[in-house]
Amino acid sequence: MSIKIEKLSYSYTLPSGEKVEALKDITCSIETGDFVGIMGPTGCGKTTFIQLLAGLRSPTGGRIYLDGEDINVRGYDRNRLRRTVGVVFQNPEYQLFAATVEKDVAFGLKYNGLSRSEVTGRVRWALETMGFDFEKVRAQSPLALSGGEKRRVAIAGVIATKPKILIFDEPIAGLDPYGRRNFLQFIRGMNQTGTTVIMVSHNLEALAEYTRHLLVLEQGRLIDSGPTREVFARLQQRNNGAFGQTEAQRIVALLAEGNLALSSAIITYDDLLSALKQELNGGGAG
Amino acid sequence: MVLVEGKNISFSYDFDDSSFALQGVDIAIEQGEFVVILGCNGSGKSTLVKHFNALLRLQHGELRVAQIDVKNEEEIWLLRRLCGMVFQNPDNQFVSSVVEEDIAFGLENYETPRREIPERVQSALALVEMGGYEKRAPNTLSGGQKQRVALAGVLALEPEIIIFDEATAMLDPGGRQEVAKIMRKLHRAGKTIIAITHYVEEAVAADKVILMAQGRVLASGSPKAILTDLDLMKEAGMLLPLPVRLYYDLRQAGVHLNHCPLTDEELVEEICQLRSKS
Repeated sequence: MSIKIEKLSYSYTLPSGEKVEALKDITCSIETGDFVGIMGPTGCGKTTFIQLLAGLRSPTGGRIYLDGEDINVRGYDRNRLRRTVGVVFQNPEYQLFAATVEKDVAFGLKYNGLSRSEVTGRVRWALETMGFDFEKVRAQSPLALSGGEKRRVAIAGVIATKPKILIFDEPIAGLDPYGRRNFLQFIRGMNQTGTTVIMVSHNLEALAEYTRHLLVLEQGRLIDSGPTREVFARLQQRNNGAFGQTEAQRIVALLAEGNLALSSAIITYDDLLSALKQELNGGGAG
Repeated sequence: MVLVEGKNISFSYDFDDSSFALQGVDIAIEQGEFVVILGCNGSGKSTLVKHFNALLRLQHGELRVAQIDVKNEEEIWLLRRLCGMVFQNPDNQFVSSVVEEDIAFGLENYETPRREIPERVQSALALVEMGGYEKRAPNTLSGGQKQRVALAGVLALEPEIIIFDEATAMLDPGGRQEVAKIMRKLHRAGKTIIAITHYVEEAVAADKVILMAQGRVLASGSPKAILTDLDLMKEAGMLLPLPVRLYYDLRQAGVHLNHCPLTDEELVEEICQLRSKS
């Protein structure tokens, strides 16, 4: 499922009469099977952007094509769109509502035309994918689970419909380091089985390590896009790295001030470690 | 002077005490200290600090905060004024749609004389560097700005202790820096700061780090003592700060830095030193 976005804009008017341009003239494309990160400061339009992608809002200008079809023309099958694009919003655990975990996860499958046994099979698959023992958890109240478990149940509800495109809005905010890593590896796993993944995150290390392409938004505009490493290298130049610098990049910049010039392609921790190993061992210290 | 003193605190969210969120926690925090409580999800950090201003009632053990026994119902309002708290989610701690009214809300509840309120709102906003935003709607602010307004609401009540319960977890890097800067400023002004986080970088600048795991205090000490202890951090399920991780990984590769660095700046210094020797 490729997505093509042309001159996309979204604006609204505040009660005071002030016009807000949340997104301005965005053109880009997302290929089938890609893992795309979206970064930018709070209020840059990230959330509006994914709401438009999921068809939850209609653009005030421009077009979004899914496999060549404009999703905002009259007559476009919105139900199909909902099955194709799954969105995991920020704090999805707040959206649980059903009396049992099984019912909660099954809710999105209600109008999919699946038989009862197919629904159970899907729910089992989704919960097991999220690391649950289906028989153990199916009859429990979702509200009695821990925060992390609730989040996984909510995500099971999204993946149960087997969307071809999965969008995550700040999926790892509030998780501890191991929770973050487990979750990112789960997302990577979904991506490796062919799902197109779009992930909004403030966590630069996660974006650097896991995504293949990056879209950078600032004040509603797409200020950069491309392969993740290239984008990070360019952002480093911009405002001297004030915008989007990983910790490894920060250390490289500090070392440069101390007259140790390392490659500007160093983005992640592993890059930095291997460059330093070479530099310091090669320098005769080892 | 010890401002927070707890002995053998245990707590269970279940009615039948079948599992404990806190188990026999002892804690002591000095006035003016900047303490970071570090630990993974479910380690008991939030449960512990919610006892400090009696959001959770003490079930077992003893706890005195700002010389008040938290079991004393009559002093609970004084306790809550002296021990303010900023929560994780910037979007669900506002009661008003106007910034200055939101900050005034706490003051009104404490029956502050009406004529004093505008001045106290102003000075609280100035402390968090949000002067000029009085008439704004909180939902038009950035994450970092929202957290600073929430903090101003706490500061207007002139607390002794300010607790940040993962107050930076939902913010972008810029917002995190904004809040961290204000934290340091309040600390310099003599306030006692207690910050809960699982970002180790935020623990580096603390006076003291309390490491929690599974409802217990695993260790407590200087950032250097705690954050560079490989086994301890692993046991708590925490990642090492990047400079520390790099120090150990370089050692394995036969590169020995003189000292284990804690900050990026120290790391760079160690590397440059090693290079100048060779």
